[in-house]
Amino acid sequence: MNFDNYMKIKFSSKSQNESFARVVVASFVSQLDPTIEELADIKTAVSEAVTNAIIHGYENSSEEVVIECKIIGNTIIIVIEDSGNGIKDIELARQPLYTSKPELERSGMGFTVMETFMDEVYIESEEGKGTKIQMTKKIKVVQNGE
Amino acid sequence: MRLKFEVMDNILVVYLDGELDHHSAEEVREDIDNNIDSRNIRNLIFELSNMNFMDSSGIGVVIGRYKKIDKSGGKVGVVNSNPHVDRIFQMAGIYKIIHKYKTKDEALANIQRGE
Ligand SMILES: Nc1ncnc2c1ncn2[C@@H]1O[C@H](COP(=O)(O)OP(=O)(O)O)[C@@H](O)[C@H]1O
Ligand SMILES: [Mg+2]
Repeated sequence: MNFDNYMKIKFSSKSQNESFARVVVASFVSQLDPTIEELADIKTAVSEAVTNAIIHGYENSSEEVVIECKIIGNTIIIVIEDSGNGIKDIELARQPLYTSKPELERSGMGFTVMETFMDEVYIESEEGKGTKIQMTKKIKVVQNGE
Repeated sequence: MRLKFEVMDNILVVYLDGELDHHSAEEVREDIDNNIDSRNIRNLIFELSNMNFMDSSGIGVVIGRYKKIDKSGGKVGVVNSNPHVDRIFQMAGIYKIIHKYKTKDEALANIQRGE
């Protein structure tokens, strides 16, 4: 695939890295001059997917989470991948308020947040193999003088 | 995340300064619950002026404290949430059960009157 810019990072599935991941993606995206609101949307969506990889994918065993970002024109494509448990029923998982871990005070709103804050969210998952979340968002171009 | 607590009568005001995500949630939850239990607290106000990031982990923290406070008939309020946080709370229907106030004084006054 053709793209204008690209980056890839790999880190341990430790909860300390949730903030690391969203800051790295936000600074990569900043070359598109996003608004503060667009940046907050992207940081939140990244935080959701990375948190899911850590608590649901790996259930807190320490393995690797991979993030790839591509910029094509004014669009950012973010792929967040784990090689953990996978999702049995994707349709159920994306329902608002559905969580498989209510005992951890999870709200079940992670996928709803990703889908609200990003333009597109694709979920690819296989039980026992892992989960790949691809999200895209087009950053609006602000005309000079507006 | 830095937590600051203030107590007025039986009302606990929690200032959440920093980022509320899955990583910080556990500590936040424990700290608030310890304060509720040890200081005879009936009502809770979240002061969010300096919370500069929150994801859906924050929904779990707020609803969890609401359930605890609601058991003994108390009230929970939110003050100074920014538009981004409001969107996330609205998605989860939080403002159907928790009142949003413009200022801390307004929240204190309403809760003291038992509204
Ligand atoms: N990376 C993942 N690996 C395995 N299961 C996942 C993953 N991401 C999400 N899930 C499943 O989808 C459900 C819904 O996810 P989400 O909407 O983020 O809610 P929450 O994280 O609060 O449970 C989770 O409870 C979990 O069962
Ligand atoms: Mg989640």
